[in-house]
Amino acid sequence: MAEKTINQEFTKGLWSENPIFRQLLGLCPTLAVTNAGVNGLAMGAATTFVLLFSSIVISSIKKLIPSQVRIASFIVVIATFVTVADRFLAAFFPDISKALGPYVPLIVVNCIILGRQEAFSSKNPVFRSIIDALGMGIGFTISLLILSSIREILGSGTFFGMPLTGAWFKPWLIMILPPGAFFTLGLLMGIFNYLDKKRR
Amino acid sequence: MELITIFISAVLINNFVLHYFLGICPFLGVSRRIDSAFSMGLAVTFVMTITAIVSWIINHWILIPYHLDYLQIVSFILVIASLVQLVEMFIRKTSPPLYQALGIYLPLITTNCAILGLALLAALKNYGFIETIIFGLGSGIGFTLAIVLMAGIREQLDMADVPEILKGPGIALITAGIMALGFLGFTGMLK
Repeated sequence: MAEKTINQEFTKGLWSENPIFRQLLGLCPTLAVTNAGVNGLAMGAATTFVLLFSSIVISSIKKLIPSQVRIASFIVVIATFVTVADRFLAAFFPDISKALGPYVPLIVVNCIILGRQEAFSSKNPVFRSIIDALGMGIGFTISLLILSSIREILGSGTFFGMPLTGAWFKPWLIMILPPGAFFTLGLLMGIFNYLDKKRR
Repeated sequence: MELITIFISAVLINNFVLHYFLGICPFLGVSRRIDSAFSMGLAVTFVMTITAIVSWIINHWILIPYHLDYLQIVSFILVIASLVQLVEMFIRKTSPPLYQALGIYLPLITTNCAILGLALLAALKNYGFIETIIFGLGSGIGFTLAIVLMAGIREQLDMADVPEILKGPGIALITAGIMALGFLGFTGMLK
């Protein structure tokens, strides 16, 4: 693999290696918390935070971790930052914390984070890992925002809690229920593939 | 009666895959063939039941008495990771046929969010010991049901004429959406 420029390292998370649409990683929180824009944003931000700090720590101490126990070590580091994020949300944004429920602790098993540690941070210098983590985290957050905005607008007629559509619009309840999540993500994936094919 | 309610709601109504969206990765990854889907479901059910027992013991005998509940996430994930390892070694020694059947799916389970989700949900719902076991078993069976049904549909889907851009995960997700719609019908079963 040719050495990538810093810029490419950052943008690959946004499009060509987008964690949700390209790598199909981290689908559980993607589907579960995207029934309102605020929840999607909070989940994206929490995941980016955990990803960034785990990447910094792991790429700094990568030489100290024996390869046999690396997965377990990664998980402990990740779980520590997830606990920090969980407590922070519970203290400062109790409503969001309640809405996200068990999905904040579940960031531990979000495959994006462990995947990036295994594939990137454990092999690359600290600065590059930071850029990679930021790109992946922002790519993830944007995808969540798109998905949750669509579901919130169609399902509740609001955008970040603000009423958007007039009284003539009857919200599609199905969009904020579980099936809506599957439909929206499936169709978005089709659109993503279509755009990607056109770009080539 | 309460136990039956918990069991049915875990299998059908609050299905782990279609309601909580937990374990989507194996749900999409391993659901190409019915037999491998069934093995995966079996492995998950097995680990889920054991995890439910062990995490309940840790939560109620160690974490809560010593006010360490903020360590829940770290301790649960460590317990699950080591538990999966132990179960794998134990099965390999005692029952080679079962080991063959479960194959590579056992280690994969560590990163399956359904298992950690189960431990956290059971702690959140404040279930008693027996209730937790039933909840774990029911959730595992619910997962197996969803993944086997999905595999059955996908085997047919291979021969269907799907638009190029939706091939693969796109159509699988839409199929899952229709299944979730069907499972919503069970909501009225209780109460």
